[in-house]
Amino acid sequence: MDNIIIDVISKMANESIIEVNHLTKTFKKFTAVDDISFDVKKGEIFGLLGPNGAGKSTTLRMLSTLSRPTKGTATIGGYDTVKHDMEVRKLIGIVSEKMIIYNRLTAKENLWFFGSLFNIPKDTLNKRIDDLLELVQLTKWKNAQVGTFSTGMRQRMNVIRALLNMPQVLFLDEPTLGLDPQSSVEIRDFIKKLNQESGTTVIITTHMMVDADLLCDRIAIVDHGKIIALDTSTNLKKIISGADTMIIKLEIANLTPNLIESIKALKCADAVTQENSTRLHIIVHGEEAFDNIIDAVREKNGKITSMENLQPSLEDVFLHITGHEVRDSADQKIPMQHGPKQFGASPRRVR
Amino acid sequence: MRKMTAQTILNHSFRIAWKDLTELFRNRLGLVLLIVMPLFMMVMVGFIYPSNGTISDLQVGVVNEDTGFNGTFMPSQGFLIGLNQINNQTHMLIMSNVSSIADLTDQVQRGQLEGGIVIPSNFSQSIMSGQQGTIIIVSDESNPQISATIQGALKGVFGAMSTQLAINNVKPLNATNSLAVVQPYSIQTQGVVSGNPSYFDFIAPGIMAMTVMMSVMTGLPVAISQEKEIGTMDGMMVAPVNRLSILLGKTIAQTARGLIQGVIILALAIGIFGVAIQGSILLVFALLLLGVFSFVGLGIVVTSFTKDQETAQMLMMTLMFPMMFLGGVFFPIQQMPWYMQTIAQFLPLTYASNALRKVMVLGAGVPQIANELIILIAFGVVMIAIALPVFRKMMTR
Repeated sequence: MDNIIIDVISKMANESIIEVNHLTKTFKKFTAVDDISFDVKKGEIFGLLGPNGAGKSTTLRMLSTLSRPTKGTATIGGYDTVKHDMEVRKLIGIVSEKMIIYNRLTAKENLWFFGSLFNIPKDTLNKRIDDLLELVQLTKWKNAQVGTFSTGMRQRMNVIRALLNMPQVLFLDEPTLGLDPQSSVEIRDFIKKLNQESGTTVIITTHMMVDADLLCDRIAIVDHGKIIALDTSTNLKKIISGADTMIIKLEIANLTPNLIESIKALKCADAVTQENSTRLHIIVHGEEAFDNIIDAVREKNGKITSMENLQPSLEDVFLHITGHEVRDSADQKIPMQHGPKQFGASPRRVR
Repeated sequence: MRKMTAQTILNHSFRIAWKDLTELFRNRLGLVLLIVMPLFMMVMVGFIYPSNGTISDLQVGVVNEDTGFNGTFMPSQGFLIGLNQINNQTHMLIMSNVSSIADLTDQVQRGQLEGGIVIPSNFSQSIMSGQQGTIIIVSDESNPQISATIQGALKGVFGAMSTQLAINNVKPLNATNSLAVVQPYSIQTQGVVSGNPSYFDFIAPGIMAMTVMMSVMTGLPVAISQEKEIGTMDGMMVAPVNRLSILLGKTIAQTARGLIQGVIILALAIGIFGVAIQGSILLVFALLLLGVFSFVGLGIVVTSFTKDQETAQMLMMTLMFPMMFLGGVFFPIQQMPWYMQTIAQFLPLTYASNALRKVMVLGAGVPQIANELIILIAFGVVMIAIALPVFRKMMTR
């Protein structure tokens, strides 16, 4: 008897809540999502990482019933996203980069409107709205029009709006895009907390390596509509360290294009990127990689000021697998002005 | 699996309509425009459109080339005296003497004169020798409206003068009623209802029908494409809400907006422009709602084919313009050439404004507008039958 219960529990723990099979989406001649398959376990934070236009958002839209797959199927909680879309919708919440809130309605009216679409009983809904507003410390502003809120406050509204139906699966499409670093940290912490406390499964798309690295239990790296790697962050990084590959940060005082070309020409160099006027970021393999690079630099009379062996980051993994950089990653180079604050810090701008 | 009762669909659509209307009422500028737009349209169209009663003081040149008959200029002088006498009563013309036809043409071309009267050289001779005396009316063809008015006015004046002359001529015959001899038929005009309807009575029903129907046809695509563009549509689409609820909710909100505008127009028409409603006011509102119904399908089709707000607005303008002018709102359809009349017959606006006019101006009841009612209902049903599958397909792209 006990065994059976343990069996059931362990089965539940490992149960897939999302199953994606050969999902494909074509727009006219362009294939946005190309035959992808993956499972997401219950309670997992699952990341889709890739450059803009890789097909992450399209995948998310298909999973959240907003778009129909051209080919393939996806199920959420056992329900097919096309055949049983209404059932799927009851289980999910979606936060997208475009905020789903009405500026001319107050915080409370917004939540009341979206909540009423889920047929939640009036009293339950009222209580839930109060709880959610309290959770993100917006209670004070519940009767103010959302249009007067700061971007950070609006994004908090946007997130709790998606939680009104207590979804089992929460989809987040670039949730930190366009937010200042402080608000990004707030949102990340909130997602983590939500996942730990209520066991909500989270699917997040991002082109920010930091988001993926800090949040996700498993990451699928997506490029040109295909999943090219899927594993935990640690295991993904092992692709590099395990494969006899090293990441070298090289400072050369008199760096010239000619010199970079000769390093690129080396057999041991997998990827070479210039970070600034003196610094190179090089992914290499092989035992003699260090020697080879030093020889190449010397031959061109380069002056090495420092050479460092780095821990691989997800960015390196991406570079290693795809051979190109994550485009549009400029956003993450915004300097952090303030230290990370607690989620729900007092709003800075209320008109 | 898909258990979605009619009540839930309605419930959701009311929620969506409430949301849309709350947004509308919080938009101050939008609200002001809602009132100002129909007011402008009434005032501008109502006052600019010319009617014969209001035209006066037309600048007209008179060229007298009469060479007389046996030294007498009696007929042409008599004619001019008579013309002056009549004009003193009506003030229709301001006459000035012009030396020649060439001069007259020149002045019309310069825009100094709006037309002219020419008495040919043989005028007196013809009359004295028992023939018809011809008067030439010169008109400015670049302005057909004024040209037609002058021609009409002068023909009226000359007709009256001819009659007077004829009466004098038959007097020696000792008839009991000389007028009856000269003009055996007399004409009297009488309207279906009492009173003297103005041009406002003609356009008010049309503008009401147009505004209300356009609000659905233009408001719906704009409202939906706007929400798609800012992303809030996804919030509704990802909730367990039937697509029909979204459409219905938006339609209810737009209809309410249109009806509010309709009421404003009606109030302006009655309060400021003195329009009287002869028929039932309930029937007026029923007709407005029916007009909305007949346009909903068209609005949905347009919505389905437009991806962004800009396209939606442009498409609506393109559709709206011909409808405005062909639907008989501002100009009677009977004025148009046959091919335009044919097009007008396919526009629901034509029937809605016609029926509304019959009710408001002529006091018609349901039996008198049965044809229009049937056509509007049929148009609405057919368009919705076309629109729903198209919309469903669009929503699940």
